Parts: sequence; structure tokens; C-alpha cells
Amino acid sequence: MRIGDAKQSYEADEAIWTSQTQKLWLGFFLLILLVFPFVVDSYLLYLGCLVGIAVISTTGLNILTGFTGLISLGQAGFMGVGAYTVAWLSINTALPFPVTLVLAGLMAAAVGILVGLPSLRVKGLYLAIATLAASVFLHFIFAEWESVTGGMGGLSLEPAHLFGFTFQSDFSMYFIIVPLAVLMVLAARNVFRTRIGRAFIAIRDRDISAEILGINLLRYKLMSFALSSFYAGVAGGLFAYFYRVVTPESFPLSMSIFYLAAVIVGGMGNLLGGILGAAFMTLVPEALKLLTAALTPFYPNAPVFMSPMLEIIFGALIVGFLIFEPHGLAEIWHRIRRFFRLWPFKN
Amino acid sequence: MDWLFFGEISLAGLAMGGLYALIALGFVIIYKATRVINFAIGEIMMFAAYLFLAFAGGMELSPWIALPMAVIGGSILGGVIEKTMIRPMLGESPISVVMVTIGIASILVGLVEFIWTADPQLLPNFLPREPVFIGELYLAPKIAYGFLIGSALLIIYLLYFRFSRGGVALRATASDQAAAYSMGINVRRVFNMAWVFGSLAASLAGVLVAATGGLSPQFGIIGLSVLVVVIVGGLDSILGALVAGVFIGWLETVAGAYLGGEYRMPATFLVLAIILVIRPYGLFGTHEIERV
Repeated sequence: MRIGDAKQSYEADEAIWTSQTQKLWLGFFLLILLVFPFVVDSYLLYLGCLVGIAVISTTGLNILTGFTGLISLGQAGFMGVGAYTVAWLSINTALPFPVTLVLAGLMAAAVGILVGLPSLRVKGLYLAIATLAASVFLHFIFAEWESVTGGMGGLSLEPAHLFGFTFQSDFSMYFIIVPLAVLMVLAARNVFRTRIGRAFIAIRDRDISAEILGINLLRYKLMSFALSSFYAGVAGGLFAYFYRVVTPESFPLSMSIFYLAAVIVGGMGNLLGGILGAAFMTLVPEALKLLTAALTPFYPNAPVFMSPMLEIIFGALIVGFLIFEPHGLAEIWHRIRRFFRLWPFKN
Repeated sequence: MDWLFFGEISLAGLAMGGLYALIALGFVIIYKATRVINFAIGEIMMFAAYLFLAFAGGMELSPWIALPMAVIGGSILGGVIEKTMIRPMLGESPISVVMVTIGIASILVGLVEFIWTADPQLLPNFLPREPVFIGELYLAPKIAYGFLIGSALLIIYLLYFRFSRGGVALRATASDQAAAYSMGINVRRVFNMAWVFGSLAASLAGVLVAATGGLSPQFGIIGLSVLVVVIVGGLDSILGALVAGVFIGWLETVAGAYLGGEYRMPATFLVLAIILVIRPYGLFGTHEIERV
């Protein structure tokens, strides 16, 4: 608890920006995000874009799994819906990217609602398996509906464009992805200050109590599914614009597990956790690549062991965080902050 | 329609279904005793199959010594997983426990690739080679003998759970943990034994399936088919595991033969989706009523 932090009104309690210091740090962080693409090399820029996409998708999954308590193994499938929507629109129409991305989100949200329909009848693990079934069907549709999705070969698309400007390079994509990520996280933060967001949390904590309090379970669960898949759809759309090729294999089941892992490692039900988790899980494989490159002169076999090591580290991170740090990176972050805040008095 | 072809495909499917039933049985044992959904069952199968490869192929032991050794190795693995990674999660939300098993699956895949590389492997052939005919219908010998060995273990399990002391302890724990505790049953030990026995069934099935279809680190995908089996049959029903195992195995093979390989998964998941909508607790599962 911070000194001098007494809240005197509900408004103050619900505020997103609580203190001057916080605003200062956030401003500083945004400045770094703005300067970042100008000072780093193309590899770091590429990573920055990947993290931005992952943050959007993880935030979406966090809304569903972390805040509403509905576990989903379909996130990659929803991202695929968004990516294919963008790819199809960019090939067959001349719509600019803000329109296609919104349409991708809406399309994914529609599919999400469809998938979420069983959520009133089944919950917990049964729901997870229902979403797993959905992702199997989606993968099947991506691979087989050749007239629209191009079959196994997938689709290649034009770069994103707006008012005659095309976003060809990673550098220009960064200025779509990162502001969008900031905006969507901010939007998610705002959702949880409203009735809708609080209803999600109530459903997570105890769905029966929530229903007795007058929350329409089906409606809010579907809303959560829709919102979460909207985020996934936008992330998938950005993914399509970023790589400019979409195939059924771009969105495997392991990707859904990746995002679940990011939510868990970051901290379930914590937006900051989603951001940290997405960045961490995206950067771990890259760090391992660097390590392998550094080790290769001494152990020529190192690259052979990289992919298995990655699998092991990925699994060990999930298991380790769940057993030892169930609140994830967000909790570690808070602990560090607490340390500095209380520093000379308690450590 | 060619009835002979249909008969042969069905027969192969039913035999495959027998192995699914065995894996599903392993899954159900673990679920009944510990209420853990084990997403790592496919990877435990895979690990045992690789152990068999190491014993029979690498160390050149007789397959009939290597088989029990691999199966025992797989069950020890199950016991170790329970002790080190599942036990600390006791009382956590089911979502967390499921994610732990997913993490374990990833670790096992990595380990296998680390030790045996990611290349596909062939298991040394240890089953008789003469083709098997049932009436006029031909059945591949590997599948037929795999089915026989699998069914033998299945019957031993069913008898064991029905009559032995350990089996009764397991069923008692499954139906009421607190009561089992107060009657002096060592519930922790039952949890551990459930994982050991469940992994044992999965390991044997793993070696048999790998013997017919080859082995690679992607082998664990079969865990998804098993998941369909147990949901359709009912998570806590042994009878359900048997019936649904045979049915799903048959459906998968028939769909693969008539519609093409890419239809195998969607066909079984369609059944899964239908079951989830009309009978979420499965064909034979217990309908749990939630009380506040």
C-alpha cells in the first residue's frame, strides 16, 4: 500500500491513471516505443512487431480465460479467421487496412460467438475441448475450402495501404502494430471499469452467484467470447499483413497453447501480465537462438539441440510458473515495485 | 458398395479401436482417481515407444524383454510425473492442472527429440507376420496381434479393478475421497498408483500403435483422438472408454478410407461436438449436478 494513497471517491478508485509518477513513467515508456524503431536494427524491429501482435492476441485471450474464467484452445483458429479475412479482402477488394482489420475482428468475433454457444451448457474442461474441436474444424476449413482460402498453399496478399501509402517494410508496419496494441490494451483496461467487465469477473469468480446477481450468463459469456476473438481476429489480420502470406499451417494448435502459456506465465486476470507474458514468451526463443549462435563455435552440434531445448524450456516455463509462481510475471513485477517503494524501511 | 472392402476396413478400425479403448482406460483411471485430465497421455505413450526402440533396437534385446521394460519405464515415468508435478497442484483450479499436463507434454516431446532426434523411426518388428483372415476378411497381422495383446491387458485391468484390494481402494477413492481416507485407504498412494497404472496401459498401447504406424515426436497427436474417446464415452466411465474407444477407432478408420486422410480428425471431432451439445457428460459418464 502506497503512502498517501487514500481514495476519497469511487471515481478516484476506478481511475486508470492514479498518480503523477505513474503518468510520468507511462509517458516515458510511450516515448521509448516511439523512438525504438528509429534507433534499432531490422532484427529488433521485427521482434518488436512480433511482440506487438502477441500482446494483442494475449490480451484477447486474457479477457476470456483470465477475466471470465473460460479456457479456450481456439485462439489460433480465431486468429486464422482474422488473417484469412484480411487476406481475402486485400486480394478481392481495395479496402484500406483499418477497414479490413475491423472486418477481420468482426468476422472472428462472429465465429467466436458461434464457438461460445455451448459455453452455457458445458464449462471448464469440457469447454476447452469444445474450443479444441472448433479449432480442428477451422483448420479443416482453411485447408479444404480452396476457392476462398487457397487450400494448403494458402494466400499471398498485398501490403496494407491507407490513402495511397503502402506499408511495405517492417518499419512502417511497426507504426500500425504498436499503436494498435497500445490502443487495444487501453480499451481492455477500460472494459473492466464498466458493468460488462465486472460481469466477466463475477462469472469467473462464481458463475452461479453471478447469475443470481442478475447477470445473464449466456449473454456475457458470448460477449466475452466475441471480444476475445475480436482481439484475436485483429492480431491475425496484422499477422497476415506482416508476413503477407497465410496458410493453414500458420495457425497450428501449438499456437493456441502458446497464447495460453503467455497468459499463464504473465499472470491470469492481469492485463499487465498479458503484456509481460506475450513479450517474454516471444523473446525466449530468440534469446535461445542467440545463445545457440554464441555456443556454436565451441559446440558445433548446438543448433541441432536448439529446437528440442525450446520445447523443454517452453514446457518447463508453463509447469514452473504454475507450481512456483501461479500469479505469473505480473506478481514478480509488483514485488520488484514494492521493494523500491518501501526501500529503506523494509526489504 | 464393396462389402468386402468395407468389412476389412471396419475390422482394422475395430482393432485400432481396441487399442484406443486401452489408452482411454488409462486416461479414465487417472481421471477417476485424481480428477486430472491428462493431456500428456499421448506423449507418455510416445516416450514408452521410444524406450522400446532404445531397448530393442539400440541395445538389441529380445523384443519380448524390451516390451515389458519399456512398459515399466513408461509407468515409472507416470509415477514420477505425479509425484513431482501433479501433487503440488492438488486443490488448484482444473485449468491450471490441465496446463501443467500440457507443459509436461511439451517437455516430453523436447526430451525425445533431444535423445532420439526428430526423425521418424521404425520399430523392430516383433509380432508374427502371417496374415490373419477372419472368414474372408484380411487383417494386417500387426494390428491383429496388437489388438490381442491390448485386449489381454484390458481384461486383466477390468478383473483387477473389480476384485483386488488395490482396485477396490481405487474405486473407493474415486467415489468418495473423504470416506476413503477415513476408512484407512492411503489416498496419496492411490493417486500415485492411478498414474502408474494409467501410464502402464498407455505405454503398452503406445508400443503397439507405434509398431503398426511408425514413430516420430509428433506421435503424441494420438492423444487428441483419445481425448475425443473419453469425452464421448464419459470421463469417469470405464465402460464408456471401451465402447467409445472401439467406435471412434472404427469411425476414424472408415472416414480415412472413404473420404481421405484429412477427414479423420474432423469426423471424430464432429461426433465430439454433437456429444458435447446433447450429452456433455458423455454416453456413460456421471451427470454431475452442481450445488451451491
